[in-house]
Amino acid sequence: MSIPSPGRRRLPVGLALAVVYGVIPLALGDFGLSVLIFAGIFAIGAIGLDLLVGHAGQISLGQAFFMAVGAYVGVNLGAEAGLALPVWVVAAAAAGGGLGAAVGLCALRLRGVYLAIITVGLVFVGLYLWNNVPALTGGAAGIGGRAPAALGPLDFNRLQVAGQVYSREQAWFWLVWALVAASAVMAANLIGSRTGRAWHAVRQHELAASAIGIDIRRAKVSAFAVAGALGAVAGSVYFGYVQYVGPDEWGLFLSVQFVAIVLVGGTGRLAGPVLGALVLGGAPRLVEAVSDSLPIGGLGLTVANLNRLLFGLLVVCFVALAPQGLVGGWEDVRRRVLAVRRRPVGAGEHAATESVATGEDQP
Amino acid sequence: MTKLVQLVFSGVAIGALYGLVALGFVVIYRASHVVNFAHGSFLLLGTYLTYGFHQEIGIAFFPALGLAALAAGAAGLVVERLALRRMVGQPVFAVIMMTIGLAVVIDALVVWKWGAGRLSVGDPWGVSAFRLGGDAGIRVAAVDVARLVAAGAVLAAYALFCRFTALGITMRATASDQEAAVASGIDVGRVHAVCWAIAAAVGTVAGVLLASGPRGIDPTLSAVALAAFPALVLGGVDSPAGAVVGGIMLGLVEVLAAGYLPGLLPGRLGANVHTVVPYLVLLGVLLLRPSGMFGDREQARL
Repeated sequence: MSIPSPGRRRLPVGLALAVVYGVIPLALGDFGLSVLIFAGIFAIGAIGLDLLVGHAGQISLGQAFFMAVGAYVGVNLGAEAGLALPVWVVAAAAAGGGLGAAVGLCALRLRGVYLAIITVGLVFVGLYLWNNVPALTGGAAGIGGRAPAALGPLDFNRLQVAGQVYSREQAWFWLVWALVAASAVMAANLIGSRTGRAWHAVRQHELAASAIGIDIRRAKVSAFAVAGALGAVAGSVYFGYVQYVGPDEWGLFLSVQFVAIVLVGGTGRLAGPVLGALVLGGAPRLVEAVSDSLPIGGLGLTVANLNRLLFGLLVVCFVALAPQGLVGGWEDVRRRVLAVRRRPVGAGEHAATESVATGEDQP
Repeated sequence: MTKLVQLVFSGVAIGALYGLVALGFVVIYRASHVVNFAHGSFLLLGTYLTYGFHQEIGIAFFPALGLAALAAGAAGLVVERLALRRMVGQPVFAVIMMTIGLAVVIDALVVWKWGAGRLSVGDPWGVSAFRLGGDAGIRVAAVDVARLVAAGAVLAAYALFCRFTALGITMRATASDQEAAVASGIDVGRVHAVCWAIAAAVGTVAGVLLASGPRGIDPTLSAVALAAFPALVLGGVDSPAGAVVGGIMLGLVEVLAAGYLPGLLPGRLGANVHTVVPYLVLLGVLLLRPSGMFGDREQARL
C-alpha cells in the first residue's frame, strides 16, 4: 500500500480538483456532462468494489445485484413514498450494506472460484426477483418515477442558485461527483484505519492474519458490507438521475463492467476506480457519438457490438500488458521521472524522503 | 406419474448436456487451475461454426459437427497459447478477468459474423417426438434421445482417451501433480493447450445439442455455460465424474422445478423459478461441503 503522500502534495491537488469540479458543468454541454454523470455513478460503485477486491482480496461478481437493490430502494422510498434525498440514499446504503454483510458471511466458508460462482448466482437470483416481484420493481416492464432530489435549499432536479438557473445535467453532475468525493474520502479513512489494515492482512495471508489475532470474520463481512453499501448508493443515484429502471439492466455484464473498471483503473489505489470509470464509462458514449463517421455499417457491425468488442479487447489488453492498471502505469512513469531527477547526490535526505513517499511495496 | 417420468427423462437428457459443459470446465481446471469463463463463448463459436458448415456451406450434419468441433478446438488451442500463456503465476482474479474479456470478444465476433437473430442448426431430429407404451404412454422427444446418446458417446470417448492413450495419461499426470509431471519430462504447456482444445470441442457438441430441436441458435447460448456452474461446483471443480453427476442432478432439479414449482408459488414467483433453484441448491451444498460433493478437500502445506 502506498504510504500516504506528504500533506504538502495533497492540498494543491485537492484545490485543483475542486476548481475543475466547479467549472466543468459551466464549460461542457449536456451530452458531455451526462457521460461524466454515468462515469461518476460507476465510480461510486467501483470504489466500493475496489475496497473489497483490491484491499481485502476477495472476489465478487455481484456488484450488479447491489446496484439493483439501491435502485429499487430509490424507487420505493424516493419515487413512490416521496421521502427526501438523504433518506433514500442512506436507506439504499443500509440495505446494500446489510445484504453485503450477509454475502460476506458466506465468504467465510468459500474461497476463490467457489466464492466467485456464488456471487454470480446472487446476480441471477436478483434477476429472478426483479422480474417477478412487480409490486416492488414493476416486473418485466420496469418502473419509472421522480425521486425527490433536494438537499436543503438545493433541488437538483431543478437547480436555481442566486437567481441563476442550471440544467438538470449540471446539477446532477455536481451531486454525483460530490458523492464520489465523499465515497473516496470515506474509503481513504477506512484504508488507513484498523479495518483497512485488517483487510490488507487478510488479503496477503489469511492464516497468518488470524494467527496474530485479526478477526477474519469481521474483516471479510465488513469489506463485503462496504462494497454492497456503495454499490447500492450508486444504484439509487442512478435511478434518481435516469428516473426509470428495468429488470434486465442488472445482469452479469454490469458486474463485469464494475470489475473491469477496477482492473483497468488499477486495484488498491484510490484514483484507480475513478480513472477506470472515466475510461470505461466514457468510451462507449464517445464511440456512439462518433459512430456516424465510422464505416462500421458497411462491415456489418452495430454500435452496440462494436462497443462490446472494444470493451473485451480493452480488458484483455490491460490484463495481459498492464495488470497494475492505469494508476500503476502512471506510478511507474512518475517513479522513472523522479529517479532521473533524484540523481544529484547532494539532494541526500530529501531524495530519501521522496523515494519513501513514492515507493510502492509489492502486492 | 406419466408427467414425472417424462420430466425425469428430459431432466436427465439436459443434465447429460450440462455434464458435458461442466466437463469442459473441469478439463481445463484440473490441468491449470483456471476457471474458464470463456467456455460458453467457445461453445457458442462451435455451434455457429456447425451452422456455417452445415447450413451455409452445405456439408452434411454430422461431418459438419465434427469439423466445427475441430475448428473450435483449434481456436481454443490458439487462445491458450496466445492469451493464457502470459497469465501463468498471475493472481486468480486477473486470470478470471482475462477469460471474461476473451468471452466478451469472442461473443462480439460471433455476433458480427452471424448477427443476433435466431438461426436453426439444421439437426436431423428437429421437433419430432414419439410415445412409449401406446397412446397414453410417455411422450419422448427425439432431441432428448439424441442428447443422451451424444453425451454418452462423448463421455465414453473421453474416458477411453484418458485411460488408454498416451496423451490422456499425460493429462492425468499433469492434473495430479504438475511439478512431478515436469520432472518426468512431460511438456506441460502442450498439455494445457490440448485441454483447452478438448474443452472447446466437447463444448461444441453440447452447444449443438442444446441448440437443436425447438430452441435454435442465438447469442444467448453462451449463457448456458453460466447455467452449468452449479453442476460444476456441485460435483467439485476438479472431478470429471463429479461434473457428470452434478450435471445430471442440475438437469433434474431444473426440469422438476420448472414442472412443479410454478403451481406451488404465489403470484408471479413461479415464473422462471427454475433458473434460481439450482443456485439455491448450490448455496446449500457449498455451505455444508465447501469443495462440492466430489471435489478434493483443499489441503495445503503452510
